[in-house]
Amino acid sequence: MIEGVSLFEILSLTTILFFIGVYGFLTRTNLIAMLMSLELMVNAEAVNFVAINKYLSPAILQGQVFSLFIIALAAAETALALAIILHLYRLTENIDVKEVKQLKY
Amino acid sequence: MEKIIFYILAIVIISLAILSVTTKKLYRATLYLLFVLLAISGIYFLMEYNFMGAVQLSVYAGGVMVLFIYAVMLTDKIGKPLRDIPTKWKIVPVLVTMGTAALSIYAIYSFQGINAQNEATITSVGQVGEKLLSYKAGGYVLPFEVISILLLAVMIGAIVIAKAKKIINQEKN
Repeated sequence: MIEGVSLFEILSLTTILFFIGVYGFLTRTNLIAMLMSLELMVNAEAVNFVAINKYLSPAILQGQVFSLFIIALAAAETALALAIILHLYRLTENIDVKEVKQLKY
Repeated sequence: MEKIIFYILAIVIISLAILSVTTKKLYRATLYLLFVLLAISGIYFLMEYNFMGAVQLSVYAGGVMVLFIYAVMLTDKIGKPLRDIPTKWKIVPVLVTMGTAALSIYAIYSFQGINAQNEATITSVGQVGEKLLSYKAGGYVLPFEVISILLLAVMIGAIVIAKAKKIINQEKN
């Protein structure tokens, strides 16, 4: 726990961060920018796991171990998504979701 | 003291995150995201979970951000502004996210069942390592192995995707 800071304040911070990420995901049309908003959301969740574990049951480490898995998954997902985006750019010269719709038809 | 540092970090995180999702230049958005990630690692250090802070610094602020910067430089035309959804439609995401965020924060503050432990605990690397490699009840050795296989699969997958054209051409010949 952080001295003088309650769990509510950390949860408010991560909630605001998560919804900033949601806003970015809804408004961006560039694929890389959308992926960056996704990173914001994943980070907010990882902080949530650690904070709730630290405040409510500091003796067991479940939330803290899970946040490590979240980081590993997010790194894997980002690497794969960026590989797909780069390949798409090489094929179509465009990474805008409005233009990239080959799979749609 | 910790309280002041937490509030500084919170202000940095929220303002730079907003800049990162609203700026019109993709490269600047990447750099704002980098500082958001650095500030989040500061929060981990404040919570005395030093290993996670180090992982956040090395994996996110180091590895993932390098990937992002390379991808931006390979795809983005620097100086060309990003196209978002039309401005007249932006009112819908603003209303939806602000409404849902307000609802969530209201739900958090009205929840009564939290009895927080007021003891500062330091999570050492040794504790985390024992937990990750323990095969007794409450150990995480199976997810740990699964994650390692997943990382291998992702590595192979990224190579295959990046070289797909070449492989298809070779099979045709």
